[in-house]
Amino acid sequence: MRKFQTLVAAGAAVVAVTALAGCSGSEGDTAVRIMVPNSPGGGYDTTARVAAKIVEDDKINDTVEVYNLEGAGGTTGLAKLVGSKGKDGELMLMGLGVVGAVYTNQSDSTLADTTPIARLISEPDILVVPADSPYKTLEDLVADWTESPGDFPVGGGSSPGGPDHLAAHLTAEAVGVTPTDVNYVVYDGGGPLLAALLSGEVELGVSGLGEYKDQIQAGQLRVLGVTSGERVEGFDAPTLTEQGVDLEFTNWRGLVAPPGIDDAEQDRLVSMVEELHDTPEWEDAMAENGWTDALLTGDEFGDYMSEQDEQVQGLLDELGLV
Amino acid sequence: MDALPALLDGFAAAAQPENLLWALVGVMLGTFVGVLPGIGPAMTLALLLPLTYSLDPAPALILFAGIYYGGMYGGSTTSILLNAPGESSSVMTAIEGNKMARAGRGAQALATAAIGSFVAGTIATVLLIFTAPAMASFAVSLKAQDYFAITLLSFVAVSTVLGSSPVRGLAALALGLTLGLIGIDALTGQQRLTFGVDSLSTGIDTVVVAVALFAVGEALWIAAHLRQAPAEVMSSSTPWMNRSDWRRSWPAWLRGTALGFPFGALPAGGAEMPTFLSYSLEKKLTRHPEEFGHGAIEGVAGPEAANNASAAGTLVTLLALGIPTTATAAVMLSAFQRYDLQPGPQLFENTPDVVWALLASLLIGNVMLLVLNLPLAPLWARLLKLPRPYLYSGILFFSILGSFSVNQNPTDILVLVVLGLLGFLMRRYGLPVVPTVIGVILGPTSEGKLRQALQVSNGDWSTLWATGFAITVYVVIVALLTLAVVRAVAAKRTSLVDSAEAPEREHAGV
Repeated sequence: MRKFQTLVAAGAAVVAVTALAGCSGSEGDTAVRIMVPNSPGGGYDTTARVAAKIVEDDKINDTVEVYNLEGAGGTTGLAKLVGSKGKDGELMLMGLGVVGAVYTNQSDSTLADTTPIARLISEPDILVVPADSPYKTLEDLVADWTESPGDFPVGGGSSPGGPDHLAAHLTAEAVGVTPTDVNYVVYDGGGPLLAALLSGEVELGVSGLGEYKDQIQAGQLRVLGVTSGERVEGFDAPTLTEQGVDLEFTNWRGLVAPPGIDDAEQDRLVSMVEELHDTPEWEDAMAENGWTDALLTGDEFGDYMSEQDEQVQGLLDELGLV
Repeated sequence: MDALPALLDGFAAAAQPENLLWALVGVMLGTFVGVLPGIGPAMTLALLLPLTYSLDPAPALILFAGIYYGGMYGGSTTSILLNAPGESSSVMTAIEGNKMARAGRGAQALATAAIGSFVAGTIATVLLIFTAPAMASFAVSLKAQDYFAITLLSFVAVSTVLGSSPVRGLAALALGLTLGLIGIDALTGQQRLTFGVDSLSTGIDTVVVAVALFAVGEALWIAAHLRQAPAEVMSSSTPWMNRSDWRRSWPAWLRGTALGFPFGALPAGGAEMPTFLSYSLEKKLTRHPEEFGHGAIEGVAGPEAANNASAAGTLVTLLALGIPTTATAAVMLSAFQRYDLQPGPQLFENTPDVVWALLASLLIGNVMLLVLNLPLAPLWARLLKLPRPYLYSGILFFSILGSFSVNQNPTDILVLVVLGLLGFLMRRYGLPVVPTVIGVILGPTSEGKLRQALQVSNGDWSTLWATGFAITVYVVIVALLTLAVVRAVAAKRTSLVDSAEAPEREHAGV
């Protein structure tokens, strides 16, 4: 009999943990759930969890729950969000990567289906080489790159349509390499890309600025260019434009809600984000993570998304990926 | 050796009652989630991350490391008892471990797993402490072609020791490789074998495949034979390892550690490959080849040591370079960053106190795991005394629950059922399921690395044997194949008469 009781107790505990893992949300009036459409520990995840914590700590909203629904570059999550039409208190964290993933994954649901809430932050990409690379400046590198693009592997931490992929090809175009000739090698995020850079497997790495803060400070990696319009504080690295390359590119992250929610709900979520934006904690968090403030709310954000969408589609079209 | 005094300081910090408590909570939670198929340490850490904001960095990281080590250990329990691997790194443990359990030696299998995990975890953590920088710089020197060579070695090593018929083994492997193709191609974004089903686009989770083929297939098989086959005898031997168990286990633990630690440190190594290699190695070296396939203790001891040692190896690249090599390490990395600790070249200089407390607590956590789990082994093993209909319906229940909780995706349950039926049919027609699972786990890595290597070289195939490391691995592969052929020829000469296939062949493939 004791064995049976132990089993029942163990079983109950298992079910409890699984339910916890499944995150069946509490249905309060004001509760907000933020879906992160990719893995724990990534950029989207960090942004969502930092934001949720500040919103809860400062009592902007009582409960904010963050959960992950990975898959297909974020379009699995997007499909779920679009599917929960008219549902209050649901948000999805997304960014430029999801814009591209809609095309490369041939997703039926698109960002135009969602209700735009706010763009939160932006982050430039960087072009990096390992410390022992022969390339000291972008100019050195471009000379070799244009000569034989096929023999010049360029690594990035995102799959086709993602920000690093876009940045690599836009840079190529701007320095005179035909985008279709770029030998872009996909790595599964910043970690594996760093390994490939250090082993000399790729000549050039394209990544988000925040990814390699420490490696740059430690002198393991050298930044040849930042894709933002202006230099970034704390980074001794020139922008592309000041090196005569006509390109400005920033990755961004924001929040969208399901389609079909009423105006009052949209306003509620927008003002929640605005309140978050005005807290000193958010300012600290942005500085800590190397994010740039890029608040843009409601329909203006919607217009921005459709602009981005056109640009991304244009480039992917040119590369034959759509 | 200025590491020693620093480590002693670390012990002083880790041995504070509060930190000890966090380590204990960590290993218990880790063991628990490791037991459940589908809920891995990565997800547990992600869930706990916000709750630890209020903690100091040291206790939080100690908690996380405990969960990680505990999870690596816990995966073995369901593998051995229920033939349902909780993590993909416990797949090899299931092969011999479950056979042992069915022969009434479940407690010994669990014990060798627990002690092996302790031995491997401790040795590997000590190696981590003293060799991290050197290990890390070796690890990042490997390129895509080197990884491709290692995956080939794993395929060859496993297929030369598995099953009686090479043709069936290869067919099963091909099946696994095909299943591994499902999903979006990372290089081009093309959909492969998804048949327009959205939720297949991320591919089939390896845990779902392993649980379906092992546990569900097994349950269906048992159900189909329940009335014909007599109940299996569970001899009630003593719950402890005897002298011969010890003698056979310890070399396997050490070899498993030697394989697991470096693989864990490789940016694309992981915990699975060393378990495959360890199993093959043990099967090759054993003095009791006849026991393999019927519950050989080395087959449990080696892979279990390997997967725990790889967990320590993972921390090498994480701490020394800031490169996460597993999903769990990725979450730990973000936890480090949350506390303004940037793992990487400067970590040991900037925040030595936190790092050394963490390392010391890993050693303490290992002791706790052993103390917790060893006495539990005979208790767990008694689970198998349940009447089989209840036992197997319980297994099915946890299989479904586990598969669903991987991604909270109902389609996964359907995939589980379909693959479970496949597992049943493979048993019916004598196809071994292990090569299939290995194909699913390693196929995508192997393919990805091959294409990466070729892409970097702009399509020049000679790049595949352009590095010394890759050449060395190919030499080992050729040696293995030659050995296998020589042995086969020799065996044919000595026993020309021995032809009639044994009737149990039908069920030989697990």
